[in-house]
Amino acid sequence: MGRPVAIIGSGQTKHGRRFDVTYPELVKEAVDAVFEQTGISPDDIDGVVSGTMPSMMEGVALTHFYFADVLRSVGKPILKTETCGSTGVSLAFTGYYWVTSGLADLVLVVGSEKMHEGDSQATMTTVLEPFYQRFFIAGAPGIFSMQSQEWSVRFGIPEEKVRAAATRISVDHHNDAFDNPFAHIQKKLTEDEVNNARIITYPVRLWDVCPNSDGACAMLFASEEKAKELGLKAAWVKGVGYSGEEYWFGDSDKVVWQCAIDAARQAYDMAGIKSPRKELDVAEVYNPFTFQELLYYECFGFCDFGEACDLTLQGVFSRAGELPCDPSGGTLCTNPIGATGLNRVAEAAMQVTGQAGDHQIPGAKLSLAHAMGGVDQYNGVMILGSEK
Amino acid sequence: MKKDFNTLSNVIRLPHKYAAGPAFTKFYNGLKEGMIYGTSCPSCKKTYVPGRSYCPDCLNNLDEWVEVAQEGEVVSWTYSDKEFFGMPGKPPVIVALIRLDGTDCNLLHLLGGVDMGSADAVNAAFKRGTRVKAVWNEEKKGHVLDIKYFEPI
Repeated sequence: MGRPVAIIGSGQTKHGRRFDVTYPELVKEAVDAVFEQTGISPDDIDGVVSGTMPSMMEGVALTHFYFADVLRSVGKPILKTETCGSTGVSLAFTGYYWVTSGLADLVLVVGSEKMHEGDSQATMTTVLEPFYQRFFIAGAPGIFSMQSQEWSVRFGIPEEKVRAAATRISVDHHNDAFDNPFAHIQKKLTEDEVNNARIITYPVRLWDVCPNSDGACAMLFASEEKAKELGLKAAWVKGVGYSGEEYWFGDSDKVVWQCAIDAARQAYDMAGIKSPRKELDVAEVYNPFTFQELLYYECFGFCDFGEACDLTLQGVFSRAGELPCDPSGGTLCTNPIGATGLNRVAEAAMQVTGQAGDHQIPGAKLSLAHAMGGVDQYNGVMILGSEK
Repeated sequence: MKKDFNTLSNVIRLPHKYAAGPAFTKFYNGLKEGMIYGTSCPSCKKTYVPGRSYCPDCLNNLDEWVEVAQEGEVVSWTYSDKEFFGMPGKPPVIVALIRLDGTDCNLLHLLGGVDMGSADAVNAAFKRGTRVKAVWNEEKKGHVLDIKYFEPI
């Protein structure tokens, strides 16, 4: 095992359609925010990690070089981490690895995306090989729709119940987002509006899907010694787990979804968690689609397979429930892809340090952050705690 | 939000020519003849379609080609009635995972041959396990869309 690692601060930009700034100017907002919040001098950073979705999103390659100045990386080592939708969680892992290895004491980690500057859906088709799958999978919704339908049929959950649970998640999260000052979409929705929204890829409808967002997130990872020296509130990394599957979408089971199950299990084992629903106080589950959030509850052992819809409708995973999930509104309301997973980690860290403001879960001491990458191919889970 | 400043428009065109290798070449040529080719792994005995040059699990090089069945079962599907970038054809479109008989992976392709006027109509026509068969275009070009779609048997 390596050294203990703490997250000692994070900065997020306001998300949305950010045509008021260039891409590096957007990144600068998040980086400046984390240094301002912590009072740390950029001179004290040992290294920088940067990450985004594929470069086609904004049409600029090797953006970590483009951002070199605003990342305060001049004269320092810089790493790029890129794992599609899970980029943000992988960024956090990279920062964690660097510090826990003993090779750095203070690392700046930054994720970003400016989705309105390009064609996000066309960019995502380039994640697929050009010979076969690209013809059938243009963008993300189709994948998650097929996964969702297979899941509900496998466990015999009536379509109406799945719809009702997805609608509950959509209404709750869009409402939760009002308490998150960084959220992109904040909206009062009725169940009817969600149920009758236009079809994107059936059964997924408009309010089941995350937006395109522009935004960035910056975070500082510190060794125990450094965290103590700086005297800042710390969220300790208690566990990490990352797991993947075969490349072809049709080669592996996406319902009893092994890479999601294994990522959570690895992180729980490291953190000593036996009963996640009881022990975790809050979870920031990656939820670009309402239906997928339900499946994650089951893959992460928050409940058994086939139970997520009933428990969601009972309010078990809502703000006042037994295990609040995505009190920030989650990815469903804010999705700057390269930053999204890091936002999940930032939110999970804010919760266990009592810094989540109006969406604070009272007394939260143990939290989960998660993101998924590729064509349902990879999942990453990080557990954070208020105690080392 | 706030003030919008100027924008700059730019288009990057990057043409590519991809080497299809022996496996995709065999698969594409098979489509031209109205056949669907897969490969079988001698170790794990799994049959993959489209045929692969290596087993994704055992990493054996695969050269045991088999013509696979043109019939199978629907595993899952999704329906879209609005056009979007990269859509395989004009809407409405049903993209599906299909398990062809005798194979060990799910094949992505299209469903069709039914009333596709609404999601409800499609929902009535296709369930998990619905038996389907390949319907081919008359003119075959050695392209994945030489198979027009899979329709109920």
